[in-house]
Amino acid sequence: MIRAEGLSKEYMSGGRPLRVLDRVDLDVEPESFVAIAGPSGSGKTTLLGLLAGLDQPTEGRVIVAGEDLFSLTEDGRARFRAENVGFVFQTFHLLPTLTALENVMVPLELRGSGRDRNGRPIRERGHELLERVGLGDRANHYPAQLSGGEQQRVALARAFANDPRILFADEPTGNLDRRTGRRVVELLEELNRESRTTLILVTHDMDLAARAHRTISLADGRIVPGTDEPSG
Amino acid sequence: MIRSFAVRLAWREGRAGYRRLGVFMGSISLGVGALVAIHSFRADVERSLSDQARALLGSDVRVSSNRAFPEEFEAALDSMAGAGREIARTTTLASMVLDTRSQGVRLVQVRAVDPGFPFYGDVASEPRGAWEQIQGGPWAVADPAVLVQLDARIGDTLAIGRSRFVLKGTVSGLPTDVGFQTAIGPRVYIARDRLEETGLLVFGSMTRHHANFFMPRQEDRDQLWNDHRQLFREHGLRHTPAAYRAQELSSAVDDLARYLGIIGLAALFLAGIGVASAIYVYVREKVVAVAVLRCLGARQEGLFAAYLLQAATLALAGSLVGVALGIGVQSTLPRALAGVLPLEVATEISWLAALAGVVVGVWVALMFVLGPLLEVRGVPPLRALRHDVEPPGGADPWKVAALALLGATVVGLTVVEAPTPLQGLAFSAGLGGVALVLWGAARTLISATRRFPPRAMSYPVRQGVSNIFRPQNQTVSVTLALGFGAFVLGTVSLVEDSLVREFTLDTGEERSNLLLFDVQTDQLPAVESLVAARASGPAAVTPLVPSRLLEINGRPRDALLELPDGERPARWALRREYRHTYRQALAGSEVLAAGRWWGTPGDEGGLPRVSLEADLAESLRVSVGDRITWDFAGVPVETRVASLRTVDWTRFETNFFVVFEPGSIEEAPQTAVILTRIDGERERAEFQRDIVRAHANISVLDLSRLQEAIDTILGRANRVVRFLGVFSTIAGVLVLIGALATSRYQRMRECALLRTLGAGRAVVLRILTVEYVAIGSLATIAGLVLAVAAAWWIAAVVFEVPFALSPVRIAVVWVLITALTLAVGLLGSRGVLRRSPLAVLRDVAG
Repeated sequence: MIRAEGLSKEYMSGGRPLRVLDRVDLDVEPESFVAIAGPSGSGKTTLLGLLAGLDQPTEGRVIVAGEDLFSLTEDGRARFRAENVGFVFQTFHLLPTLTALENVMVPLELRGSGRDRNGRPIRERGHELLERVGLGDRANHYPAQLSGGEQQRVALARAFANDPRILFADEPTGNLDRRTGRRVVELLEELNRESRTTLILVTHDMDLAARAHRTISLADGRIVPGTDEPSG
Repeated sequence: MIRSFAVRLAWREGRAGYRRLGVFMGSISLGVGALVAIHSFRADVERSLSDQARALLGSDVRVSSNRAFPEEFEAALDSMAGAGREIARTTTLASMVLDTRSQGVRLVQVRAVDPGFPFYGDVASEPRGAWEQIQGGPWAVADPAVLVQLDARIGDTLAIGRSRFVLKGTVSGLPTDVGFQTAIGPRVYIARDRLEETGLLVFGSMTRHHANFFMPRQEDRDQLWNDHRQLFREHGLRHTPAAYRAQELSSAVDDLARYLGIIGLAALFLAGIGVASAIYVYVREKVVAVAVLRCLGARQEGLFAAYLLQAATLALAGSLVGVALGIGVQSTLPRALAGVLPLEVATEISWLAALAGVVVGVWVALMFVLGPLLEVRGVPPLRALRHDVEPPGGADPWKVAALALLGATVVGLTVVEAPTPLQGLAFSAGLGGVALVLWGAARTLISATRRFPPRAMSYPVRQGVSNIFRPQNQTVSVTLALGFGAFVLGTVSLVEDSLVREFTLDTGEERSNLLLFDVQTDQLPAVESLVAARASGPAAVTPLVPSRLLEINGRPRDALLELPDGERPARWALRREYRHTYRQALAGSEVLAAGRWWGTPGDEGGLPRVSLEADLAESLRVSVGDRITWDFAGVPVETRVASLRTVDWTRFETNFFVVFEPGSIEEAPQTAVILTRIDGERERAEFQRDIVRAHANISVLDLSRLQEAIDTILGRANRVVRFLGVFSTIAGVLVLIGALATSRYQRMRECALLRTLGAGRAVVLRILTVEYVAIGSLATIAGLVLAVAAAWWIAAVVFEVPFALSPVRIAVVWVLITALTLAVGLLGSRGVLRRSPLAVLRDVAG
């Protein structure tokens, strides 16, 4: 589903190049659940960003569903994401000026057809997803009127709105208490199973990483040898 | 797809943003309102002028002269009248009028009219029919102002020259002149066949003769011109068709409207700066939202379109409100300009002006926000995951293009609006300069406070000063808004002060305060003795010798008039009726600029010597050594230009274009003017009454009356300029309110944090006070420095008066604007101080 080849990324820091990702090779099978773990500064988020086509690598390439991401233009990659990718962020990143329902509808509206892949009106699909995450009665609430856990559930609904083939989640429980975080992860796993999505999740929570089919640990921008294996 | 998404996003995002950006759009409304009001009013005036062109003149054509019409023209008038042509003659002169009951005495314009005048226009008299009555006997009607000034009542007897007239009523709606003449003396109307018996038509009296023609057919008007063109030219008669008079007025109004228009544009540009600044901060705050949308697959152009659409919607709303405001203001303008325009202006909504206002408003707003909005395109999607991601560096060609488009918009609109393209370019350069200096002042303040923090000061002062350079501070936009307001207010105030000082006549102990004119030579001894008996100081008698120019260096005037442009002396200087004098010494208001005064012996070549005012010499294209021949009542006198003088015309003295050396024209027919001083208002009034009784033809100009007239005119002019100054200032205040509201969330967070850490309300208040006073003061000082430069330039170059630097006016503007900043700032922070820190932190965090 996703193949990264010799992926490197350098940033300029204090006038000198800083290599945050160093020749990473990776293959992710369709419908798998992969956790990328590692301490702060190990390059997890950078790797996630490159796999999603959010940033240009210094070296290497990323092939997603047969498409070389970096042979596309910036807008081409945006189109690709609109069709194939969903996101869940640590800080939820709901659009504060939009209601919960409108937030969920955004990815569908970006596709512009007014209907989802199954031909249903997008508003109906939005409501269904909110019901699915247990927030059917909060559709017209703004993010500021929701708790952290509720906001992340809206973000999950939004992430699955366009039936993505790949879902990227960046520390999805990082801003939640333990109990709420566990509920959100369970919901994420359920939705992932139902939608048969490929899930790539970045976390430094080893318990959460253990729930994945496969865990990759990063340190100093490299995959720690012997860690890229199915989770127990 | 992108379009529909952009529209939906613009609407949803806008629900919250519109309220925040609304204040800025209020400033767009003001700019558009000023433009729509001015342009609609201009259309009103033009329409009224074309409707009332004939009524303005009272006839189809008018022929005028400062002297009695030449015999050939009198003969032509007789033969035209004999052939059934309708001609009404009017004669206007300045004279003293005494109300025999109230004993009020004033210098007024006496206008003697033939029956039938005016041929056009509605004359309204009170009581009805009074106007027609004056042709039937020794009766007069007057402008309503005469009643006030003479303390007169209808039915009183007015002494005009040697005659007595019963005041039958007041009159309005007659053709009038604009400006100074009307301001000096209101008008009294009598029948023209009674003018002779007043004895006012004596040699040298300042009389203007008009022949007014009823000639509705163009062929007749053409024939009048073709048949008498030569005669008009030879005798300096002025030929004025009604359309030409309307056109003259129209072009004067057009110039005024254009000057006002560029002030309106300046208000709009100021609003543009405010909008740009607000959008810049707005976009900055939206960076994460934009990055998230990019992660979700939104394309650059769609996001850019969404925010552009938001700005356009706001600009459209602001402009529409501006149109409504402009139409409201337009209806008040005829009253504001009453007395400045000699016609009734009927207001009508100009849809063209309204449409232009909307288009210009939206366009200017969009041009100003284009640069900040382009930031949206550069937001990397990775910004949703990492806070430390910056947009790619390097020059963005789109931003460069946006900047160029903005520059072209400012210059283009100003050039279109200004009276001449050159003035438009100069004005836009000036605007750019002002903006640049204010921007520089703001940047300097930011960097100076950052580099040299007031470490030794108390905490509130340090914190207040550091707020000036906080991230996403509004220092630049606030400085621009306030600085521009201070610049406009300061300039208007300082120019006004310079004009008032210049035109405040010197009434000091030594100065003359009465001017007696039309004194005939045979009246001189008696008048001089009357003056000597009453005057508080010596009287200065100056002879006035009327004359016309005949030749320059042997070339006749007509030949000179035929010369091509660039070689021809100025027509007005060749044709005018001169009043010369002769004297031994230079006057106090004169400075020798070239040549030699006749106090020193030299090579005279036998010709009488004259000294010319330097500007007149330039207009006549003559210099020292040239010969000029003058016509004194049919006697030619050749003279040589011996010197050139500069003259301070604003001094209340008798100043002359041409001064003759003594012994040259004493024998020519002449009158005299006498300058003297009489202390006490009552004594002056008594003196004027005595003069009128003894010498009815002599006119007396009282300096204090002249001062009233000057004040009236300055007041009218000021009213118009202040009106627009207020527009710019309110626009500035709205930008200020908006700028402070934009940083309100950040300020709230800071204040809440400070209060959480234990700062009392008083400390927070002190911090805010320091910040607002520092920004307000700096902006105002920068604006005032520019205002001093601009006011100096306007006073010296445009009005040609000395610039007066008034520290009081500068201090007033400084205190006013700084206080306003503080008041607006503290009012905007009320909520921050009243609410609990926790509530604020939770709100802001949400």
